[in-house]
Amino acid sequence: MAEFFHMGGYGLYVWGSYGVVAVFLALELIFLARRKQALLERLTALREMEEDKS
Amino acid sequence: MAIHWTKYSAPSAFYPMAGRSLPWLAAGTLLLTAVGVYMGLFSAPTDYKQGEAYRIMFIHVPAAWMSMWLYIVMAAYAGLGLVYNTRMAHMLAAATAPTGAIFAFLALWTGAFWGRPMWGAWWVWDARLTSELILFFLYLGVMALRAAIDDRQRADRASALLALVGVVNVPIIYFSVKWWNTLHQGATIDFSGSKMDRSMLWPMLILTVAFWLYSFVTIFLRARCEILERERHAEWVGELLDNRG
Repeated sequence: MAEFFHMGGYGLYVWGSYGVVAVFLALELIFLARRKQALLERLTALREMEEDKS
Repeated sequence: MAIHWTKYSAPSAFYPMAGRSLPWLAAGTLLLTAVGVYMGLFSAPTDYKQGEAYRIMFIHVPAAWMSMWLYIVMAAYAGLGLVYNTRMAHMLAAATAPTGAIFAFLALWTGAFWGRPMWGAWWVWDARLTSELILFFLYLGVMALRAAIDDRQRADRASALLALVGVVNVPIIYFSVKWWNTLHQGATIDFSGSKMDRSMLWPMLILTVAFWLYSFVTIFLRARCEILERERHAEWVGELLDNRG
């Protein structure tokens, strides 16, 4: 197992690549999910305000 | 299967179609990423020259391919938006840019992490690396221009124009290794075939499809947000919000 993480001496470079790719792709998805949630809440609130007015 | 592309140029039709596709696209992304990473890190043999460091290529090459491909996709939607004045095309162009920018950044990042042990340098001002860096800046420029203009239609048109002008950079990236003497190696896989062993080719191709499906997921998610923002006064969006409870 330790040998696997060592990557023949290239551990820093291999994991530095795979790790950053994984983090960025995961973060993009998390931000998108949050954006959608916040957007739905804001639009629902706006709609209720507009309905109250009319 | 007949796909009626014009049908989905209506945001009210695109939104539910994207919603229905997302679980399948997400499942495909997860499955292929798992298989590709497993093959890339475990089953592909050690390279006789580069040792284990070459495993970075399994994500570097797909990320670089996707960064170029998504730019073409973004420019195509920008062009469609300009010519036919369709809102959905502009929304899809806007939805494509951030994912493209991320892949351009990741191509540069993983390239640096491969270059350091293999070339002895994180970065060199080589034609391939420099043109890919310009691609990254073009994505940022298109996104910044859109964000800087308050009027939606003007923002759409201005950023579409910049996206179209910038597309000239994509063939420059692709042919840079032929046109100039670059430190970056030439193409191992091109339209005539591959010079790679199959055990190393497969993980790269599988991860390319995985990144491509991933792009569909993020672009569909982002396009759905764009639609809700822009079409919030449409009747169907109102019903959708009411049905949320």
